[in-house]
Amino acid sequence: MNKSELQKTANEVRKGIVTAVHGAKAGHPGGSLSAADIFTYLYFEEMNIDPKDPKKADRDRFVLSKGHTAPGLYSVLANRGYFPVEDLPTLRHLGSYLQGHPCMQETPGVDMSSGSLGQGISAAVGMALAAKMDGKDYRTYTLLGDGEIQEGQVWEASMFAGHRKLDNLVVIVDNNGLQIDGKIDDVCSPYPIDKKFEAFNFHVINIDGNDFDQIDAAFKEAKATKGQPTAIICKTVKGKGVSFMENNAGWHGKAPNDDEYATAMADLAKIGEELGGAN
Amino acid sequence: MADVKKIATRESYGNALAECGADFPNLVVLDADLAGATKTGVFQKAFPDRHIDCGIAECNMTGIAAGLATCGKVPFISSFAMFAAGRNFEQVRNSIGYPRLNVKIGATHAGITVGEDGATHQCNEDVALMRTIPGMTVIVPSDDVEAKAAVRAAIEMEGPVYLRFGRAAVPVINDKPDYKFEIGKGVLLREGTDVTIVASGITVSSALDAAEMLAADGISAEVINIHTIKPLDEELVLASAKKTGKVVTAEEHTVIGGLGSAVCDCLSEKHPTPVLRIGMQDVFGESGSANALVEKYGLDGKGIYEKVKTFVK
Repeated sequence: MNKSELQKTANEVRKGIVTAVHGAKAGHPGGSLSAADIFTYLYFEEMNIDPKDPKKADRDRFVLSKGHTAPGLYSVLANRGYFPVEDLPTLRHLGSYLQGHPCMQETPGVDMSSGSLGQGISAAVGMALAAKMDGKDYRTYTLLGDGEIQEGQVWEASMFAGHRKLDNLVVIVDNNGLQIDGKIDDVCSPYPIDKKFEAFNFHVINIDGNDFDQIDAAFKEAKATKGQPTAIICKTVKGKGVSFMENNAGWHGKAPNDDEYATAMADLAKIGEELGGAN
Repeated sequence: MADVKKIATRESYGNALAECGADFPNLVVLDADLAGATKTGVFQKAFPDRHIDCGIAECNMTGIAAGLATCGKVPFISSFAMFAAGRNFEQVRNSIGYPRLNVKIGATHAGITVGEDGATHQCNEDVALMRTIPGMTVIVPSDDVEAKAAVRAAIEMEGPVYLRFGRAAVPVINDKPDYKFEIGKGVLLREGTDVTIVASGITVSSALDAAEMLAADGISAEVINIHTIKPLDEELVLASAKKTGKVVTAEEHTVIGGLGSAVCDCLSEKHPTPVLRIGMQDVFGESGSANALVEKYGLDGKGIYEKVKTFVK
């Protein structure tokens, strides 16, 4: 996909996020929207996957370590063709295959159940290790929140990945700067994030995570990096694309009401028009 | 009992892994800096490329095992029970239990027979913790023969399994030609009519000793070895309870949530029967030799004998 196509697709993914969370009357829009460009790049450009064969043996793997942003993952999977986009509003409903947090037993395309922060990265490390042990060339990607990296297990996993030189692993940090209780540097600052991963023997790339040129360059650089895992620290805007949600911690885990939903979809429709209409 | 062969079940664990390594190429073993103590070092020696030392980071080890399992490996994670089940509880629940991943947890140094290290390392709560996780199989082998059979059976079954091993050498009681291990099937070791003693792990041989002493007093005790605490062999427990009308449970574990509770859960719903639960009575352990602790907390033959005698009066 070219940049314009990626931007338009990401905008559709954002519409799916807002629609899913509105349908659920609960969920986490802020961190789903901030990472929508990363989700889109991974599933439409970067990863070797097949929506028709979600469990293909040597596919690339993705673990959503910040599992509460399941609406982002579900929306990108639906838009990529794993299941109907029309099912997104069933999110969090009784009987839905779209559980509040990712469940690998329920949802096509979900490689690992997650939601308890700090655990997904370890599973991703295990997948990358399995590839190394079996001499396979599939790659593993995992997305973490910047609040999530306050969990100690993240650094246990990073120490192991650096020690084992897992160059088939890419750790992505969605640095939107906000967690439930406020700004991450007010609550319990994880900064400097890049220096921490460097200290654990990662190749570190700092980018604007809402800019496809920078995202594209970073993932290409990660692929070319040998002998150490890569961490891509993505500066992003929480709630990106929805005017009243942007940079507002209050929209970390809250659903829009009907009026707010209409405003959000109008915001995204306007962005879509500015991008030149549908793909 | 001086002439009886004694082997710690952690030794059996390491040996069984090494013996299974060739038969199961997907078997991988993870440890957290305790390979010498958990005896996974035996496997490491035989299959160095399939042994992963994760360092002192049990929670990460658990997640790595989950990731490996999604890629078709059959991982065993090994640590002391205190960490494998205790520190790790939420990781085991969410990264292994909820996604129903094929990870086996080999927990060594369970219970008070850890001995001199004392209460911080004597985990008497692990069975209770693991038993609450949906889909988790929980096995507490009683000796070397059973421990080795349990490791192989765990590999052969699909799904998460918690295996509990001990540090101290325990008598080998199952080295009989007709011995057969089946997950979920208890073993009737001695028939009796007055009282049933249900035991697991190290208390199985203690229960057999107690039954001998009770027989001398004219009390006929039935002894059942429940190596699989979940799923519990309810049929065997119920049949025996109906026969004797009195049930004693004996475990190297708190009486809250372990074997005693599992037996009570079953009996209270299906055939209410008077029960006495022998085990750690809601207390922490302490430093001391394994033998001295087993005696102090009444988990040896004599301790069980005395409590059963009072109970059946």
